[in-house]
Amino acid sequence: MQALVIAAHGSHLNPDASDPTYAHADTIRETGAFDEVREAFWKEEPHFREVIRTLESDEVFVVPLFISEGYFTEEVIPRELRLEEWDPDRWESDGTSASQATLEAEDVGKTIHYCGPVGTHDAMTDVIVQRAETATEDPDVGEGFGLSVVGHGTDRNENSAKAIKYHSDRIADRDRFDEVKALFMDEEPEVDDVTDYFESEDIVVVPLFIADGYHTQEDIPEDMGLTEDYRLGWDVPAAVDGHRIWYTGAVGTEDLMADVVLERAADAGADIGDAREAVRELAASVADTGPEPSAGTGTGD
Amino acid sequence: MTVATDDLETLLEHAAAGVAFDGLHVDESDDGYRLETPDNEWTGLDETELHHALESCEEYVTNWRYWQDRVGGEGTARRAFLRWCERAPLADAETDHATTGPWSERSEGDADAGGEPLAVPERYDALRDGIDREWGQLSITARFVDIDDPDGERVYDLWHVDDAGSDIAALEVYDDPRDARELATYDDDGRYRPLKTAPTLPAGWAFTGLSGAALVETVEFFYPATVANWHRELQGNLDVDHWLETAERQTGIYDVIDELPREAVEWMAEACCVDSQCLRRREWQYEAGDELDADGGDGPFPCREPCSLVVAAARKWTTLESETEHTYELELTTSELNQLEELIDAVAEDRTEDIREADVYDGANRYRARYLRAKRFDDEGELEATRVDD
Repeated sequence: MQALVIAAHGSHLNPDASDPTYAHADTIRETGAFDEVREAFWKEEPHFREVIRTLESDEVFVVPLFISEGYFTEEVIPRELRLEEWDPDRWESDGTSASQATLEAEDVGKTIHYCGPVGTHDAMTDVIVQRAETATEDPDVGEGFGLSVVGHGTDRNENSAKAIKYHSDRIADRDRFDEVKALFMDEEPEVDDVTDYFESEDIVVVPLFIADGYHTQEDIPEDMGLTEDYRLGWDVPAAVDGHRIWYTGAVGTEDLMADVVLERAADAGADIGDAREAVRELAASVADTGPEPSAGTGTGD
Repeated sequence: MTVATDDLETLLEHAAAGVAFDGLHVDESDDGYRLETPDNEWTGLDETELHHALESCEEYVTNWRYWQDRVGGEGTARRAFLRWCERAPLADAETDHATTGPWSERSEGDADAGGEPLAVPERYDALRDGIDREWGQLSITARFVDIDDPDGERVYDLWHVDDAGSDIAALEVYDDPRDARELATYDDDGRYRPLKTAPTLPAGWAFTGLSGAALVETVEFFYPATVANWHRELQGNLDVDHWLETAERQTGIYDVIDELPREAVEWMAEACCVDSQCLRRREWQYEAGDELDADGGDGPFPCREPCSLVVAAARKWTTLESETEHTYELELTTSELNQLEELIDAVAEDRTEDIREADVYDGANRYRARYLRAKRFDDEGELEATRVDD
């Protein structure tokens, strides 16, 4: 038997923070690739601390639903899962190349394949592009468009910006969009000045965040000038300084994220059969029918 | 009903190694088969005779099949939980711990309502009517799919204990375990429930006809990890992480919480870890061999470690407790001082909503509070108090 655990942050204050985790777990449940699929959280239940004991499987694949390698993926999650032999060097990562490490959870004696976060997986690049497609409702979006990947950025963790730049570069290499730019909330170049960085009239802005919340639904839309007050909502696209900004919130809510979770587990040796194809088909069919216009109905908390 | 051919075949397969389950024994020796139940024993049977003899104890056979084929998972918490649901003997229960856990004591005076396990014939009688257990605020019924001619197949119903007497037609009926996540997200006032074991689960819903696996999954969405930890407690191997251990493990912004003074940990436990706030029973202490005076509560689920809410709150209290105390001078009448106490108590007990609009005799009444503010707060909206120790 093999189990999948999706390890996410969750929130004591905001019930929506765990929505993407549940959604992607449910998608993977539908594929039947794992005997057990479990959500686990730092701020909700089941807590990282207790999740492994709720599983009957001996082989457990843990995929962190986090954007960057750093404090949570290298310190908090392995510690709380009781992966005593864990050492960040096991990932041999430069900040964006973590794959997996096989360890034992000491309280249960199960084999844990501890994977790198979804945010730094190559497949994440496709999700960002898909986000641009759903935001514009155009599966061929690219020509005449600029794309900005937006991250939090922080001086405390250099890996935080690395993931953003990594995917920006990969998308730029594809020559699909006229321009690609990594922008940040807390470091230069800042998302506040988004229009300064693009010549294209149309700019798709994709925030590399797991869940919609304060940053993606309040800070960023206001900082970019999409709206005076997030509670009033904003248009997609919204006119800012002679540009059209296409913005629909956290990339982590995109259906294709389930595929990244699966790829992480498969890279670590999980037998997932044709689950990836199933998820990609599902995500494509959702994209075809058009996105829910989520803009302006932000969670507001 | 008769013993099905495939049941017989499966039993024969297992007979060589010996079947011993819930009072049913089947063995194979050179003299033929031996069949034993608490009421009868047959020896030296050939296959046909064994089949015939099994007809007279088909309850034992269908019971064995249900647990063997449908439930499986020997030694798992899931299996133990499903056996608890129908009051079957728990093989792995340590006698010292056999009465711990969320045993239903709802029907006081009814000898059958307690923890005494039932043998197969009694259980089969009871499963026709349905066997009820309580798991926190959940009421679980185990029953046969076919009550007239039971083939051993069980299903499970689940609803809020407050709805145990409700007509099912009055409840919102679900069959997907994942729906439990939504139901557990908000309380009756629409407030988010970050603590799943808070005693604030809303009523008005029912899950019906769940398989055993789906029941456990549903319960896990309502009360994550409670089945696993209950099972560990039952086996006598619940691992407890005491306060200091958990506090010292923290890093980042929670690194400071091991500096929370011991007496503040007492206040914290008294504030957070009580039955009115959480259905878990605090098993963790300050540290091994250093028990907290605060009562751990009588909750049904063992709490093996400070939860993330306690850890987050502890950070705030660590900051607050690092402040120096001062002496302040402020003008209050005796009644106003009493009113401050009433206000704090009303908020702490979540009683403010219950105070009637016009009940000006309650110190926590809104108009009383507004009057006190109008009289005693200065232009900055602060209590007029003077520090006198410097």
